[in-house]
Amino acid sequence: MQAFTRLDAQAAPLPLANIDTDQIIPKQFLKTVERAGLAKGLFYEYRFDEQGREKPEFVLNQPAYKNAGVLVAGDNFGCGSSREHAPWALMDFGIKAVISTSFADIFYNNCFQNGLLPVVLKAEQVQQLMDEARGGNHVVSIDLEAQSVTSPSGQVFTFEIDPKRKAKMLKGLDAIGETLEAASAIDTYESKVALARPWLEGA
Amino acid sequence: MRLMSGKTLYDKIWDAHVVAEQDGEAILYIDLHLIHEVTTPQAFAGLRANRRAVRRPDRTLAVADHNVPTEGQELGVDAVADDEARLQLQTLGKNVEEYGIEYFPMGDIRNGIVHVVGPEQGRTQPGMTIVCGDSHTSTHGAFGALAHGIGTSEVEHVLATQTLRQTKARNFRVRIEGEPAPGVGAKDYALAVIGEIGTAGGTGYVIEYAGSAVRALSMEGRMTLCNLTIEGGARAGLVAPDETTFEYLKGRPATPKGGAWEMAVGYWKTFFSDEDAVFDREIVLDAAKIAPSVTWGTSPEDVVAVTGTVPAPDSFATPDKRASAVRALDYMGLEAGQPITEAKIDVVFIGSCTNSRIEDLRSAAKIAEGRQVAEGVRAMVVPGSGLVRAQAEEEGLDQVFKAAGFEWREPGCSMCLGMNPDRLSPGQRCASTSNRNFEGRQGRGGRTHLMSPAMAAAAAIAGHIADVRDFL
Ligand code: SF4
Repeated sequence: MQAFTRLDAQAAPLPLANIDTDQIIPKQFLKTVERAGLAKGLFYEYRFDEQGREKPEFVLNQPAYKNAGVLVAGDNFGCGSSREHAPWALMDFGIKAVISTSFADIFYNNCFQNGLLPVVLKAEQVQQLMDEARGGNHVVSIDLEAQSVTSPSGQVFTFEIDPKRKAKMLKGLDAIGETLEAASAIDTYESKVALARPWLEGA
Repeated sequence: MRLMSGKTLYDKIWDAHVVAEQDGEAILYIDLHLIHEVTTPQAFAGLRANRRAVRRPDRTLAVADHNVPTEGQELGVDAVADDEARLQLQTLGKNVEEYGIEYFPMGDIRNGIVHVVGPEQGRTQPGMTIVCGDSHTSTHGAFGALAHGIGTSEVEHVLATQTLRQTKARNFRVRIEGEPAPGVGAKDYALAVIGEIGTAGGTGYVIEYAGSAVRALSMEGRMTLCNLTIEGGARAGLVAPDETTFEYLKGRPATPKGGAWEMAVGYWKTFFSDEDAVFDREIVLDAAKIAPSVTWGTSPEDVVAVTGTVPAPDSFATPDKRASAVRALDYMGLEAGQPITEAKIDVVFIGSCTNSRIEDLRSAAKIAEGRQVAEGVRAMVVPGSGLVRAQAEEEGLDQVFKAAGFEWREPGCSMCLGMNPDRLSPGQRCASTSNRNFEGRQGRGGRTHLMSPAMAAAAAIAGHIADVRDFL
């Protein structure tokens, strides 16, 4: 996993609430057995018409936002299906952070597994970023160490983040390797439970 | 204060599964890991790349459900027409063989939707921790098991370590008290709860359902209720196990037998919320006030009583919500103020892990019996598993459905998410017993109205959204 420290990138506004993972990446793109290459399906229904042509009005199709690295979205981003293809597709497209007032739980977790930073800000701050992102200069800076987002006009907003998650994100640490350091505790737990709940063994 | 108070059901399951804490994050032991073809290929690839083994193949169960066709299953995987679906199914077959994981392949009578199969086999048990790379894993909470969906990286983590790294959620109790009106059941309760709290209302919580109306539900009704918990944003839903639970589990293939059964029941009975347990949030609903419900929009929180009208975007509080409502009405082809029963139906889908169990099929068949599907409506019934299908056929339900003009299909997720050939065409309106009405969920441009199986059957007969109470 790639480490996330600091990001200066164009921000694309997507002022809709409850953007679910079916919208982020529709199911026809879930049939892959690979992780890479999912950018083609990102926001498919918004980006392309029935003939597969780009819809010019959609924000990520506009020249000013084609290279966006940050998405500013409405409440409850990433609800719905648990598909990790959603963060994979966002990252494959080049999005490295999403800013919203709230995120759905599974999506939020999945982001951290992949080095995509979900930033929670207050409604008025998200609104402010949304408005500024619509303007000519729409580069925002995110500093994970300082837990801050700097808007195009230079306003600084700070955000909360779980310190453990932050530390891992800063280092790009793999969770499995970390858990396996506790392998002996897992062994102990298993032998204890095998005695206490024997009916679960050899099921 | 917190130290003095009792524990909730969630607290108890959590405490029984903490293996260790690293930097304040718990390593939680996982008792059962359910897997399917769509969210696992990249996880197995990751294991292989890092030369890691599957720690507990015996605690892992695989099914093929998300993209299996719902006809011709006996022809086997190699006959699946869609190249990519076939590749995913073949990949799962290879992975389970290599790692020694039990698997009910397509065509096996025990196969079906993962959340139907686990309980049906008795693999789902009270007090367990259960995960699956599918958000509706919350279904298993009906047994008093802590069950939730995970992403593919976490699937890989569980395969490798049989644990999950978690921070604890907060406790939320939803009490539904009293007696429901005729024609109202678990699906209506679930929609009412989401309508009340919103799709993000449960975020950061585990919900325990309690109250006399919940206690009175069958296991299947409880599964429907817990299934939809994730649509309210909560991590998991729970119902404390009781005699109804034990009765359901007794004699299932994977439940303990003989002396071990008594021992297990004794253990299961310890899983309830203490009288003095403190919940971070609590709401109470009156079952008698809940009407048969349907959704009008493209989010499961967009709920109205079947006697109600489509709301106006202006009635929403925030600009985002108003924008979403405008978009939803346009997508759904509905007008604000229109009675919801005016919505004409093209397709009816009775199935999905929400409502494809035997009781669901019975309640739909009761409405369909002796009646005819309206002209021009395509109605399909997709049982949740091969065993549900066989049971329904034994009871003659297939005949009832077929005589009424419904298609009787083979098990799988089917039109719940339209990864297989069962899909809506653009503009088609569907009365569906599934759990998601998102844009394009059941097929590009398809319009989904969520409702109970009896309501869906009533819509099939009427040709438009209809009040099931007119058919009782
Ligand atoms: S039936 Fe639908 S919701 Fe349930 S597991 Fe299948 S796709 Fe997911």
